[in-house]
Amino acid sequence: MTAVIDVQKLTRGFGELTAVDRVSFDVQAGEIFGFLGPNGAGKSTTLRMLTGIIEPTSGAATIRGHDIRTESLAAREHLGIVPEEANVYLDLSVWRNVMLMAELHDVPRRQRVENGRRLLDELGLYDRRKEKARSLSKGLRQRLMLCSALVSEPEILFLDEPTSGLDVHSARLMPTIVRQMNEQSLTVFLTTHNMAEAEEMCHRVGIINGGRIVAIDKPEELRQVMKSHHSVVLCFETEGVDPEQLRSLPGVTDAKSEDAGFLRLYTEAPGHTATQIVRLADTNGWNISEIATCKPNLEDVFLQLTGENDTAK
Amino acid sequence: MSTGTAINNWRRQARGTFVIAKKNAILYYLKPPVLIFGVVFPIFFFLSFKMGRPIPPEAIVPGMVAMALWFTASAVGPLVTPWERRARTYERLISSPLSLRAILAGDVVSGLVFGAGLSVIPVVLGLVLTDAKVVHLPLVVGGIVFGAMSFASLGVLLAAPPASSPSNIMLLSNLVRLPLLFVSGIFLPIAEMPGWARWISPISPLSYAGDLLRCGFGQQPYFPVWFSLLALIGFTGILFYGAQIFHRCWQAKGL
Repeated sequence: MTAVIDVQKLTRGFGELTAVDRVSFDVQAGEIFGFLGPNGAGKSTTLRMLTGIIEPTSGAATIRGHDIRTESLAAREHLGIVPEEANVYLDLSVWRNVMLMAELHDVPRRQRVENGRRLLDELGLYDRRKEKARSLSKGLRQRLMLCSALVSEPEILFLDEPTSGLDVHSARLMPTIVRQMNEQSLTVFLTTHNMAEAEEMCHRVGIINGGRIVAIDKPEELRQVMKSHHSVVLCFETEGVDPEQLRSLPGVTDAKSEDAGFLRLYTEAPGHTATQIVRLADTNGWNISEIATCKPNLEDVFLQLTGENDTAK
Repeated sequence: MSTGTAINNWRRQARGTFVIAKKNAILYYLKPPVLIFGVVFPIFFFLSFKMGRPIPPEAIVPGMVAMALWFTASAVGPLVTPWERRARTYERLISSPLSLRAILAGDVVSGLVFGAGLSVIPVVLGLVLTDAKVVHLPLVVGGIVFGAMSFASLGVLLAAPPASSPSNIMLLSNLVRLPLLFVSGIFLPIAEMPGWARWISPISPLSYAGDLLRCGFGQQPYFPVWFSLLALIGFTGILFYGAQIFHRCWQAKGL
């Protein structure tokens, strides 16, 4: 695999504030790379530097080997961009919006017409192609943005919070289309707040906080880092269960009471702990109504790494 | 970079300029601010100047054409960029594989076409309703085309400050356009203006466009024809170059 995006010590300041601080990472060809971080962490600033909207203060980045500063036009030829806010031309028709982006990318007439028809059809907009974009809902405008981004057959697609605030249908359709395109070799750079989406879609994720990268890895690898966040969740039918007996089981590091009478026991070996709980329940005549082992999800990792857990506490 | 690649890149940017100009024409020619400041404004200026004054109608035709051209060609630029910044569509343009120069050239071309196209109306009205006659057609055409080019470049330059509201830029553009209108020999030939105004008039591109049009309609020019042509080309170059610099400087602030 080769890196299609290579970022080295990229920095961007706004006056006194350093929004992105010496960020380095790479994105391999054909990869879906998720870029996660809390609000103001520097995700969008990084994306805007890579797409040529703002210039870096220092550092370097290449897109398909083209330096984003010195060969910005060549770098931008390979990109399709779907920003967080669907900035379609409201007074242009759906069709003209798509064709405009194709023309800006110098896509030959026949190809842009074919691509435009196919994409609008796939995203359920073909029947509304003559309507002005103003008449579309937020979800449909975001779909139109995706059509406009893909009509030039880019090698790399930048998605900035693509499903934020969308209706259920659009929020499901967008990732499906992106995954389909990714299977056909499209590289995707995705910023998102939606951990489930990142976990489901991304081959690797980078987590940024306070302008700095705090972790980059595959979601499953990041989860492994948090062994102590494995847990067993259970609930008893019997009343009068002594939680201290459960808390003192070997391997249990912490226990928390949750809603609806559930208890969460943190352990590095959830299977073993579950077996011990069942034995203990048998011995004491407690009836277990529900029991499940849980791995930490990406959200747990994210909250841990960005310190949001502490803030929440 | 090889010559072939350079030519291909140049062609590609030129096609992009055409795409931007086409988009501007579809989206902005009929926007109210363009029509008000570009069409309604010059008509009422002309009427307020002409009514009740003992001036032969044919004598004011070149001035009328120049004034219409001045307002129309410079009306598009100050609207497009702030409008697109506010709608956040500007980001789509600057993240496309088009250079800032090509994008701004598209704005200039759309202003040029709008101005030159609408200036046909006062020319035809002048020829039909008055005794005015075109004596040197190339000078009339040259005055309109080169004048529109420099006025449109001025409009694009005025759109550079990072204001997200088009009305702020329209106010700024009128702050520049209106004073220059009065020192450019439109209402009074430059030769008959007071000394201080004659000194100031060369800094306005409208002075040269008006002079070329006056000559084209068979009146006495103030500047040599070759000088007016060169001045308009020079103004276009300087204003467009300045537009690129200021747009680049304020690009990030305006987003």
